[in-house]
Amino acid sequence: MSLIFFAILALFALATALGVILSKNAVYSALWLLGHFLVIALMYFALSAQFLGIVQVIVYAGAIVVLFLFVIMLIGGTITPMVHEARPYARAAAVVLGAVFLLGMLFAVGRGVTAFPEPAGAPGAGSVQAVAEPLYTTYLLPFELASVLLLAGMLGGIVLALKERKRS
Amino acid sequence: MIPTTYILLLSAIIFTIGAVGVLARRNALIIFMSIEMMLNSVNLTLVALANQWGNLTGQVFVFIVIAVAAVEVAVGLAIIMAIVRHKDTTNIDEVHLLKG
Repeated sequence: MSLIFFAILALFALATALGVILSKNAVYSALWLLGHFLVIALMYFALSAQFLGIVQVIVYAGAIVVLFLFVIMLIGGTITPMVHEARPYARAAAVVLGAVFLLGMLFAVGRGVTAFPEPAGAPGAGSVQAVAEPLYTTYLLPFELASVLLLAGMLGGIVLALKERKRS
Repeated sequence: MIPTTYILLLSAIIFTIGAVGVLARRNALIIFMSIEMMLNSVNLTLVALANQWGNLTGQVFVFIVIAVAAVEVAVGLAIIMAIVRHKDTTNIDEVHLLKG
């Protein structure tokens, strides 16, 4: 993959990320988030992680963003101001803290790992078969625990979102 | 092949954008989206390093993280729904029952 392709993808990723946090309306934020997830999925394909690219599109772009949009549509009618009050000092503080954080991280990344060898590329190019092999052998227990977690999350979501009934 | 360092830099920047979003925005939904973005940037580093070292453990890790993120979104959005039902707002500054 050429560097130009990567640069274009990176620009799109940064632009969509900024769109998420700068949009006034939460619906626009969710749509920018959709674009961001799709760009990241493309990057996964380029980094020899086909399976994860597909999972990213299905789970993040398909399920999570749609869930966000559902909730926004559901509560949007009752909330009048989706646009928020300007608190300039808080925003300035956030930007300053973010800049300091970014400088620290760029320093760490630039200092520690400048001498990476040529990337080896994931075995089997991250195909379903290649990822399934460690997933179902070495990491079988975390995989099963993830299913328990999904069940617990499902029940928790239902219990929390259910309308409270009058207890007699 | 893209040098791994560039990808690490990109995900550092995306992570920071998400962190600034969490700090600067007051809408609970947008804060939540920023958190998802931060999770995603860390996933990107894991995939990049799996690609760097020719080892699939990182990709398995990302798979588990995606499952956890899905659960987190389901529960978190249910909590936001409950808050909206009680306080009729998504502005986190107005949710201050525990403030001393």
